[in-house]
Formats: sequence, structure tokens, C-alpha cells
Amino acid sequence: MAVSAPTSRPKPLELVCPAGNLPSLKTAVDHGADSVYIGFRDDTNARHFPGLNFDAKTAAQGVQYAHAKGRRVFVALNTFPQPAGWERWQRAVDQAVELSVDAVIAADISVLEYACGRYPNLPLHLSVQGSATNYEAIRFYHEHFGIRRVVLPRVLSLPQVKHALENSPVGIEVFGFGGLCIMVEGRCLLSSYVTGESPNMCGVCSPAKAVRWEETPRGLETRLGGLLIDRYAPGEPAGYPTLCKGRFEVADQIYYAIEEPTSLNTLELLPELQEMGIAAIKIEGRQRSPAYVTQVTKVWRAAIDACRRNPAAYVPKAEWQRELGKVSEGHQTTLGAYHRTWQ
Amino acid sequence: MTEHQPKLALGPVLYYWPKEKLLDFYERTSAVPVDVVYLGETVCSKRRAFNTDEWLELAERLIAAGKEVILSTMALLEAESELKALRRLCENGRFTVEANDMGAVRLLSERGAAFVLGTGINVYSGRTLRFLAGLGAKRWVMPVELSRTTLAAIQAERPDQVETEVFVYGRLPLAYSARCFTARHHNLPKDDCQYRCLDYPEGLTLSTREGQAFLAINGIQTQSAQTCNLLPELAELRELKVDVLRVSPQPEGTETVIEAFAACLRGERDPVEAARALNADLPHGACDGYWRGQPGLRQVASVT
Repeated sequence: MAVSAPTSRPKPLELVCPAGNLPSLKTAVDHGADSVYIGFRDDTNARHFPGLNFDAKTAAQGVQYAHAKGRRVFVALNTFPQPAGWERWQRAVDQAVELSVDAVIAADISVLEYACGRYPNLPLHLSVQGSATNYEAIRFYHEHFGIRRVVLPRVLSLPQVKHALENSPVGIEVFGFGGLCIMVEGRCLLSSYVTGESPNMCGVCSPAKAVRWEETPRGLETRLGGLLIDRYAPGEPAGYPTLCKGRFEVADQIYYAIEEPTSLNTLELLPELQEMGIAAIKIEGRQRSPAYVTQVTKVWRAAIDACRRNPAAYVPKAEWQRELGKVSEGHQTTLGAYHRTWQ
Repeated sequence: MTEHQPKLALGPVLYYWPKEKLLDFYERTSAVPVDVVYLGETVCSKRRAFNTDEWLELAERLIAAGKEVILSTMALLEAESELKALRRLCENGRFTVEANDMGAVRLLSERGAAFVLGTGINVYSGRTLRFLAGLGAKRWVMPVELSRTTLAAIQAERPDQVETEVFVYGRLPLAYSARCFTARHHNLPKDDCQYRCLDYPEGLTLSTREGQAFLAINGIQTQSAQTCNLLPELAELRELKVDVLRVSPQPEGTETVIEAFAACLRGERDPVEAARALNADLPHGACDGYWRGQPGLRQVASVT
């Protein structure tokens, strides 16, 4: 969809919030999410964490709850099935349809092919795991599988997002807030290199079972698959050892060689995203608590509404930023790749 | 010959080498027993040792030397200028192209051209492979994180006429980012990187604070510090009917690697003995974990 002519009422930005369980889904709906995305309790989705996600019963309750309030539910089936497990993905697509969800978010060609062939009326979104960073790739998925929306990887600058949008046959969803993947999603094997499990194959990154926390005379150490990811001085706040966010040594310098522990926060880009005609803003964090979902949904609902009422006067409120800062990784945020100098 | 005989391929050079070094490298390549050569810049569009015309000229010279030549495309396409360069490659009309992004698959299938699916395309199943074969894929390179068990299952579902290529030697391509980690190391913005990648012909090693090397920074690409070496698995690669074995270029010793694989394929050397000799020269050791269904950095087979 090309950018429409400027009007006094821009098309509303859809707020898409994460839910790792039923309480999160309900609080997202209650606090102003337009849509909520969920996953099933297996490796068919990229947040396959212990104790997280929905079974048939909770998913049905969630869909009912959201639909009763006029909101939508998307199901993420965004990992890459290998031959041995194909039936799980097939069943997951069937189950999503039985639940009357509003869209399936998929990445793998075999999943998209099955969903589109078996259920032509099922809306499909291309997951961020589909790695579509340019409009030729977006067109590919649209032509073959009729995708109705694409979620862009967190690697494009704002002008690049705009250029993709202007040439895209479908609506574009971008990440607005949450954990920041610095690598192109769907193309990062760092986790399996160290732990044997990756987002693509297993729906996990830096899995908890490969993590070790150790108090040592040198300080608190965090390890992943036995590798030292970080070491903290007394009093220094320690974070989860996500592989790409550790302090490593490169040519005798020790620093965050890949990325600092930080969250993406694009609150200040809202007027530009709205103006260019972005369809939806996605909040990361299905693995986070209902309290996180509540807090982030509230702030983003207020911000999107304020920006829609009067984009010219829109400024992110200090209190919004404070609230988001509290739930951010390392209590800091970045504009990420949207801002060219970060790259 | 009754035994399945795979071809040997040289993957694209993943580093930024100056023009003279690249020319010299390919001069030597034309003399080694490699059947297929992949050419082109796949990591960063700012690297311009060769322009498209120069790559095409080199391709002609390698064809004349008896090689099968394939043009590789960029893994991460963001800017319109990159799509423009991609279109030029896809429309070259003479050489097969290796697609490393679904945008390239679209352009190639639209033209009805047969193409290769590079490591940047996620083919994790026979179903996905069949779909892409229907669009013109004639060869696929297995994603490096897949195991021999998964490969066996995909081979059983593989469509006829589609060749299977496996990355058997080199530093594994593991990730791509918008951020340039080499520029970051020098506190430079990507837009003013001063081409620092030229200083690191095999990337920059990244280690834990305990000195355990495990990754290599190569501009926007992250590689394994360890070198994947599947030479000891040659019998199994044959059994699995793998058609092409890919060696990924390093600045030093690539001819020795190719000669070792070729000698083992001819039955003149023992693969384990040859692998042991190669591994002795590796700065951060060898790995074969992915092939064995384990963390990629592990070395499981005993080659000592």
C-alpha cells in the first residue's frame, strides 16, 4: 500500500501487544491493545520457553475474551519446521483456524504454503523471522502466499522503512518497543552455535537451560553453554546472558562488542511512523510478565492516541519514558537501527 | 565409478580483500582442482574491490579455465542501490546466480532462470525445498546449523534434479546485522567506516573474558572463530548423496584445503589423516558440532 494523501485524520496505528499467557492477554486487551499475539506451547513459535504460551483451552478463552471486546488475536507459528516435526506445525495451523484467530504470523515457506493452500481465507502475516528486509522479498511472499502484512526485521533505518513501505503491496508492521534483536531475525545462528538451540530450529535464543549464574571471587559471572558471557562488579546490575549482549574481548579491548543490554524504544518516532503510513506497531515481550504487558500497553495506547489527535504537538511525555525505562533491559533504551548513527 | 563422487566448490570470499589480493587469489584458484567457483560480494555493498563488470570478466576467465561459475548475491539487502545491483546480477543472462535473499529468488524465478539457494535462504525441510525447486532452484546449500540427521530426511524428500551442497570447510556464517561490528570496534559510524575491514583479511576474533575465542567479526557479518571441517565425514557425505562440497575461502591455505579434499575424493589420502594435518594449522581449532546435532562450536569427531 502506498502512502495515502495527507488527511486531517491519519489512518490509526494498530497497537499489537504480546501475551505469553491468559492474564497477559486480558490485561493487554483491558489496557488498549488493538491486537494481541500469542503462541502455542511447543516449538512452533519463537518464544518456546518453559511455562509460557497457550494450550487449546486457554487460547480459546483468550480469543473469546479479545473478540468480545472487539480486539484481534494473532498466532505466531514462526519457526522453521524440519522434516521430523512437520505434523506439529500442520496441526498448529489447523488449531489456529479452529480457534478463529484473526491472523497467523508465519516465516517458513512450508508453513505459509500449507496455510494458504488449505485455508485460503486465513489472513497471513509474514513474521519478522521471515527476514524480509526489502520490497522484492515482501512481494515474493505476497505473490506466492497472499500475505496481508509483513513484520520488518529490526535492521532498517527510518528512510529504508519508508522506501520499503512505498513499494510494498501489503501493510507494514514495525517493532516499537522491547527486547532488541540486533541481527536480522531468521538469520541468526549464534544461539545454536553455543547451545545447540536457535530461534529457527527450536524457538529459543540463549535458552535458560544453558545458563549458569556463579558467584566467584572475581564477581558474579553469567555463562551460556559454558562460555563466559559477562562478569559483574559488586553492585553492578546483572542481566540475563543473552549471547549478543555480553562483554567480550576484541583486540585487547573488553566491551559490549555486539550490543549493550538495552531495549528498543521508538516512542519519539511515532509521528513519523504514523505519517508514512505504517499499519501497526509491535511490542516485543511474550516472555515478560503481565505487569510488563500492562505497563507498556498503557503507555503506548496513550502515546498513539495523543499522536493521532495532534501529531504536530506530539512529544513523548517524560512519565511515559520513565515507565518504559523501568521495564527496559538494563534500564536503558535506544532507537536502534531506525536511527542511522546506531548502525 | 560406483561410489557417489561429489564436486568441490569454492564459496564466495566473505572478507574484504583489496583488488590485487582477490586477483591473485583467483589466479591461483584457476589452477586448483575445484569444480565450481562462487563469485561476488555477499556481505557488504560498500566493499568495492571489484565492480559488477570486473566480477563478470573474472567469471569469464574462470569459465575459460574449465570452472563452473556462479554469481552470489548479497545476504542483507536494504537500500535501493543494493536492489539495483541485485537486478543487474539476476539479469546477467549468462551465469547462474546464487540467491541469498528471497528478493533474489523472486527476481530469478520471474525470469525463469535456474538458480542456487545459498546459505542465506532458510531451507529446513523437503517441503520448502520442493516449493523453491518449483520456482527454478536447481541446487540448495544446506543451512549450516542443520545436522546430518535432518539432511538425511531432506535428502529422502528431495526433488529429482535438485543438487545438494554442504558447507564443509571454513568459518561458518552465523549472523547478519544492520550494525557494522568492525566499525563499532573502531568507534566509527557505519557510514564512515573508513573501510576498516581491509585491515582484517580473516575478520577480527571475538573472545570471552577468559580468552576463549568463539566468534569472528567481519563487518556486518558474524562468523564462527572455529573452522568447520567435515573432511573426516567424507564417507557419510557420499552416502547421503551430497553433490557439492563447499570450501569457504581464507586468505591463507585455501589451496591446501582444496588439494586435501580432492586427494581424499580420489582415494589417495585418508580423510582423518588429511583433516588432522589441516586442523593443526587452525588458529582457534576445528568444529563439527552442527553436523552431529550438537552446539556448532564443538569438535565431536576424534581426528587426533
